[in-house]
Amino acid sequence: MDALLPPLLNGTALGALLLLAALGLTLTFGQMGVINMAHGEFIMAGAFIAYMTQLLVTSSNISILLALPLAFVGAGLLGLLLEIGIIQWMYRRPLDTLLVTVGVALILQQIALQIFPAQGVPVEAPGWLDGQINVLGYAWPLRQVFTIVLAALCLAALAAWLKYSAFGRRIRATVQNRDLAETSGIRTRNIDRVTFFVGSGLAGVAGVAASLIGGTNSQMGTQYIIPAFLVVVAGGVGQIKGTVIAAWAFGIALSFFADWTTGSMAQVLAFVLLVVFLQFRPQGLFTVRTRGLT
Amino acid sequence: MLITSRRRLKALLATGAIAATAALVLSGCGSRADDETPVAAAGAAATSCIDTSGDTVKLGFLNSLTGGMAISEKTVSNVLHMAADEINADGGILGKQIEYIQEDGATDWPTFAEKTEKLLTQDCVAAIFGGWTSSSRKAVKPVVEELNGLFFYPVQYEGLEASPNIYYTGATTNQQIIPAMDFLAAQGVETLFLAGSDYVFPRTANAIIKLYAAELGIEIVGEEYVPLDKDDWTTQVSKIVAADPDFVFNTINGSSNVGFVKAYYDAGLTPETTPIISVSIAEEEAPAMGHEVTGNYASWNYFQSLETPNNPSFIERWQAYPASSGVTSDPMEAAYISLYLYKALVEAAGSFEVDDVNAAAAAGGISFDAPEGTVTLNGENHHISKPGHIGRINADNQFDIVWESDGVIEPDPFLEGYDWFPADVRDALVAAAG
Repeated sequence: MDALLPPLLNGTALGALLLLAALGLTLTFGQMGVINMAHGEFIMAGAFIAYMTQLLVTSSNISILLALPLAFVGAGLLGLLLEIGIIQWMYRRPLDTLLVTVGVALILQQIALQIFPAQGVPVEAPGWLDGQINVLGYAWPLRQVFTIVLAALCLAALAAWLKYSAFGRRIRATVQNRDLAETSGIRTRNIDRVTFFVGSGLAGVAGVAASLIGGTNSQMGTQYIIPAFLVVVAGGVGQIKGTVIAAWAFGIALSFFADWTTGSMAQVLAFVLLVVFLQFRPQGLFTVRTRGLT
Repeated sequence: MLITSRRRLKALLATGAIAATAALVLSGCGSRADDETPVAAAGAAATSCIDTSGDTVKLGFLNSLTGGMAISEKTVSNVLHMAADEINADGGILGKQIEYIQEDGATDWPTFAEKTEKLLTQDCVAAIFGGWTSSSRKAVKPVVEELNGLFFYPVQYEGLEASPNIYYTGATTNQQIIPAMDFLAAQGVETLFLAGSDYVFPRTANAIIKLYAAELGIEIVGEEYVPLDKDDWTTQVSKIVAADPDFVFNTINGSSNVGFVKAYYDAGLTPETTPIISVSIAEEEAPAMGHEVTGNYASWNYFQSLETPNNPSFIERWQAYPASSGVTSDPMEAAYISLYLYKALVEAAGSFEVDDVNAAAAAGGISFDAPEGTVTLNGENHHISKPGHIGRINADNQFDIVWESDGVIEPDPFLEGYDWFPADVRDALVAAAG
């Protein structure tokens, strides 16, 4: 048990961070079918917003809490800009969207490199996240617990919003059958924009969490984009519960493999596991049932 | 209806797969090291097109200004510009003003090879300065050797190399890794944990560390690697907590260092109980880690805090330079040395021709009063002598010098002067490094 506990807990925290990174994609990619390769750079934007908040509000105890809504809005607006400026013209051209957003990702990276110190900036964790809690003899870092709580809150808020709010109903209606939704009086253009705003905003929140775990620099987004997309695909496109399970399983697998082998081998093994899984279940854990005619 | 929806789903999944592939390309394009390097047709080597008939001499600066390595290489590029400006203001090299051509290696090793060829054959530069990763140097090496060009490489590296066409102004292992181990032995360290990024430098450095540790009676209680582009170190740090070593030897590079230091701090490890000694955290990198890295150690040849005759004015000039990052650090100082070393070589040779420059190097006696102290070029292996220093990171992200080597250390890239380093291991490592 002693040997199993650290990777289990570390893996859960890693899965939570991955879930935060992927949650926005379940909306923009899962619900809307847009492949946004700049999603990782929205995560980066969130991390830099956490840093800028800290410059304004020097007490790190408060600034991190302020940073969460600010990063959500900031990254969300960035996403909205991308949607209005580029993606809305490409809804039926996924390959073009992919190429364009790869370009946008590179542009955003270079902008961050020009504005901020090249080596990155320090985001101070609040004092109340210093230290560890004792879980059956294992000193579990509080920041990992924070990541898990944050992921759970975002997940609950998103699920409730989609399920219970009028707006959530309209999003689901649009996803299931855009034409019928339009004839029912739903303004699908508005739905697209808000969905993209929220999906990108969630990336910003993920960025705040990532800034407490790794470096905040122009390149930080690239390490999240591949696992995030794969987790969404493995979970079943558009299925939030699938994404949750896939993210957690992937995090756990990475941590256990890292515990048994090395960090590099763990990456290989976890991705092999994922590829094998998709071979046998290409539709992912859960499938979308849509009445769409196209 | 079912069929059409399935088809739509399939299309969506297919695009997802493409997205993942594109993501791999996006983030992984910097990690290829084994691509073939384009080299001009044989025979080009014989004729040099360096033109110094006018009152200028062309030099090439080759640094990654975009992509992942830009975070480090931009500073090297800037300090090269500063050194060129200084030399020009002082009358140039052999009376000729430096006209530099800046190229972007773009964190892509085949690009480094292509730009090297372009600089040598189209721009006809007399020498090229730059590179950071070993992969970039290994991409440039066959090209400068084929075309008989000159390349000045400014970063500490894993050694085991000596090309007649490359000059190495950063430390080789016996000037950074071995001094760090000597420091640990002096501290009475008995158990050591090795943490590194997964590529040639940490792997080679750790192979050497393990051999020397056995010689010094230090026990290695763990060895962990994480890919260069990954920040997550939590599981590995759990292993460090469990192993409870006296010291951690850190050969991690880049942003992954920040993740490592954060995980280390989060797990409750402190410099008092489990200090880290690093070979890639300098004045440039430390600020990005905040207070969490304070109190840990680094092994370098140059620190901003060094009290040498030439250091204060070097710091002053760099801080006044428009593109300055505000702090000086070892790799940028080594880059600064490289241009002045070239100047000294050319002036000793009385010529910009590559063979004349190499002959001047072989004749010996080329030295430069660098910010780290006077460094002397070794004409045989093209490395320079350097002092070893260990610094401890203070709250201002500067380094308090806590240990220094007994005088300068002569470069020994193949560790031939160390009898604990067996010849068969050397051959295997040289073969593995390509």
